[in-house]
Amino acid sequence: MTADLDYLESQSIYILREAYNRIDKLALLWSIGKDSNVLLWLCRKAFFGRVPFPVVQLDTAMELQEVYDFRDRIAGEWDLDLRVEACPPEADMDQTLPPLTRAAARKTEGLKNLLRTGKYQGIMVGIRRDEQATRAKERVFSPRSLEGDWDVKDQPAEFWDHYKTRFDEGTHVRIHPLLHWTELDIWRYSKREGIPIVPLYFAKDGKRYRSLGEKNITFPVDSTAGTIDEIIAELVVTRIPERAGRAMDNEAEDSFERLRSSGYM
Amino acid sequence: MDIRNELNGQLRIVIVGHVDHGKSTLIGRLLNDTGSLPDGKVEQVHEMSRKRGMPFEWAFVMDALQAERDQGITIDTTQIHFKTEQRPYVIIDAPGHTEFLKNMVTGASQADAALLVIDAAEGALEQSRRHAFLLHLLGVRQVAVAVNKMDRVDFDQYRFEAVSQEIRAYLAELGLHTSTVIPIAARHGDNIVSRSDKAPWYEGPTVVEALDAFRPQQAPTELPLRFPLQDVYKPDDRRILAGRIESGRLRVGDTLRFSPTGATATVVSIEGWNHSQPIVAAQAGQSIGITLDKRIFAERGHVAHHEEGAPHVTHRLGVRAFWLTSEPLAVGKTYTLKITTGEHRVTVESITAVIDIEDLSSTPAKAVHRNEVAEVVLRSRSPIAVDLASALSRTGRGVLIDGHDVVGGCIVVEVDEGPAASANTTEVSHAVTADERNAANGHKGGVLWLTGLSGAGKSTLAMALERALFDRGWQVFVLDGDNVRNGLNAGLGFSAEDRAENIRRVAETAKLFADAGVLVIASLISPLQADRARARAIGGERFHEVYVAADLATCESRDPKGLYRRARAGEIPEFTGVSAPYEAPEAAELTIDTGAVTPVEALGELLDYVDGAFGRNALKRDRV
Repeated sequence: MTADLDYLESQSIYILREAYNRIDKLALLWSIGKDSNVLLWLCRKAFFGRVPFPVVQLDTAMELQEVYDFRDRIAGEWDLDLRVEACPPEADMDQTLPPLTRAAARKTEGLKNLLRTGKYQGIMVGIRRDEQATRAKERVFSPRSLEGDWDVKDQPAEFWDHYKTRFDEGTHVRIHPLLHWTELDIWRYSKREGIPIVPLYFAKDGKRYRSLGEKNITFPVDSTAGTIDEIIAELVVTRIPERAGRAMDNEAEDSFERLRSSGYM
Repeated sequence: MDIRNELNGQLRIVIVGHVDHGKSTLIGRLLNDTGSLPDGKVEQVHEMSRKRGMPFEWAFVMDALQAERDQGITIDTTQIHFKTEQRPYVIIDAPGHTEFLKNMVTGASQADAALLVIDAAEGALEQSRRHAFLLHLLGVRQVAVAVNKMDRVDFDQYRFEAVSQEIRAYLAELGLHTSTVIPIAARHGDNIVSRSDKAPWYEGPTVVEALDAFRPQQAPTELPLRFPLQDVYKPDDRRILAGRIESGRLRVGDTLRFSPTGATATVVSIEGWNHSQPIVAAQAGQSIGITLDKRIFAERGHVAHHEEGAPHVTHRLGVRAFWLTSEPLAVGKTYTLKITTGEHRVTVESITAVIDIEDLSSTPAKAVHRNEVAEVVLRSRSPIAVDLASALSRTGRGVLIDGHDVVGGCIVVEVDEGPAASANTTEVSHAVTADERNAANGHKGGVLWLTGLSGAGKSTLAMALERALFDRGWQVFVLDGDNVRNGLNAGLGFSAEDRAENIRRVAETAKLFADAGVLVIASLISPLQADRARARAIGGERFHEVYVAADLATCESRDPKGLYRRARAGEIPEFTGVSAPYEAPEAAELTIDTGAVTPVEALGELLDYVDGAFGRNALKRDRV
């Protein structure tokens, strides 16, 4: 029973191919988590075995060691054009943000640096609508202002798979090929395809990471799921939100919206 | 719920309706009452409501933006997942405010089915009707209606029946099938998940039962093949044509024809990555790549299909369009029409009708304003491979792009197949022929030579004709006798030789324009038969002479430039009609007596003539 996964896969491949055809200078953000691993896999399917653009990790130097090990192994095995972009320190962030949100904002600034130096016109990101309420409002092709801001109150019309692919000079677009996937879809697809996964997602001593982030602002949740099948079974019944272990999301009512408006993924 | 139900095909449902009729509240309630909200969400909403000094506000479950919560309106569409006993759903919340129609369209276009929410006290207001109409255009065919806020009308059965009948009639007229109208009170959960005891007279389904009765949309695998190309990849020595099959099926060994070029080739392989076995067939909905037995010219926007059941290839389409931007769609304007991956520059030839959302009546118009729906005729310079939306919806619809933005959408309701057909049965060659230019423009290039006395009305008529043709999307330009004397012919005087040279130069220039596909309207007194004969020799068979006749007395009484008065006073020597001869044409293709008909009638006669001599029918004639 994986016809629904075929549909999701085809839709994502369609989006990736649109992006590759329409946008001159593209990069893919690889957080090394389960979603962007699926995204990389889909790129290899869409482009017959190769990823034809740079793969960028926004590095805060705060990831867990397993994440770095996984990154280096996969980048070699999949022959990725990996670029590691170091994020600026927390002291440089907007000090009006709550402290944990401020830590997360480092990635926004790292991304802005990347855009400035790399002159990218399109950035592909593996976010999904079901993760978080403001992400649910996203477009597949989501234009950003010159400053990288997201004008959530005036987004382009997007229907019948026609995406906004023309932009003013100096602005860029975020492309979200996994927007229509759910957390459960990601795991079922990873299982079907045999996609490599950072071991931190599997339970150890009654805890596992359900969503992977930097070690200072992300925490493992209670779980006994030690295999993909067990994770799938857990997700079917759980009522705990996916990003419950992401401390910054719930710091203030609008902390995530503020992060995203100013350019967070 | 067990994993099997979880994997039952997910259904995408959009909730639409007028602003404040309670869409977001209904969704909040639906999520809560089916146990679909994550832990802690209800507490969060309590807190958000308390901070704003409001009673518990279900809409806050969906309205994720600060601005939405502060203003109490949904600005942008959002999606949220929930499950019933039967299957998982994606709920698409669409804003009801007219300001955010583009967001409603964005949300609704992704749905398998729709739930239209109507306030029991207010009935189907403007946005309810507009949303219903857009559902129809967007291709959402399954609609259920929830008549909300029944508690405000004391669950009155007669009020419910009245609203119900009104909306049923409206939907039926649009061709939307609705089996179900449900009386609900979203705020209190009546008839959402469980049956309400406040409306004992109602025997139909609850909202959840109505949703469970919808069917997911199926990929159109049984319809004719349409495989629009997205890109061509050359990863190694393979040349892979990539794209998504929009309808039908394709197998290795099939012979494909590509429109609009007409090239044909046979499918050698369906390429994949990480497949254990070779792929031999693919069907609608799949993103694939194929290789062919020969190297043909094929690129993004070309549509592969079988020999049987080919798409139309045309330069001219009738569409039903919805308009999303403040700058109106107007006759004569040019946009990019994008159908699947093909992009075409199109000019608005005419607006047949703007449709009144209230009563569905049609009125002709010059422009289509934001949020309006209209019947429009578009002309393209390049041939378009396209289907009627009623036959193949996915390749029979498109978006209109102005500058960087999608400004409207349209479905194809009529295709004019005449002149394009023969140009596209063979592979396009890169030298542009006159036939191709004519087909692209929708008319022939040529010279319409207006001759007559000063004051006969040549310039007025020429300018009016230019405007009228331009508004229909024609390539048209006036070469005016007075105007060319300021540039091209500056330095020429009014001697017999200079007048002859003046006419020769204008005739040569007009010919160049005509070669470029333009209809040139040359407006010159050109009083001498011999000079006009030379102009006709230069222009060839595309030269058409129009005698703008008006007797001297009429012209002299008009005297728009005061020239007759000055000529009579002897201030202008050699003035045609006064002190120099005017030789009236003996065999003009058309004579218009502006002394006998009104300017509007004169323009009408001229337009009819131009249509016949240079327009679509002339093109068709040439091809037989």
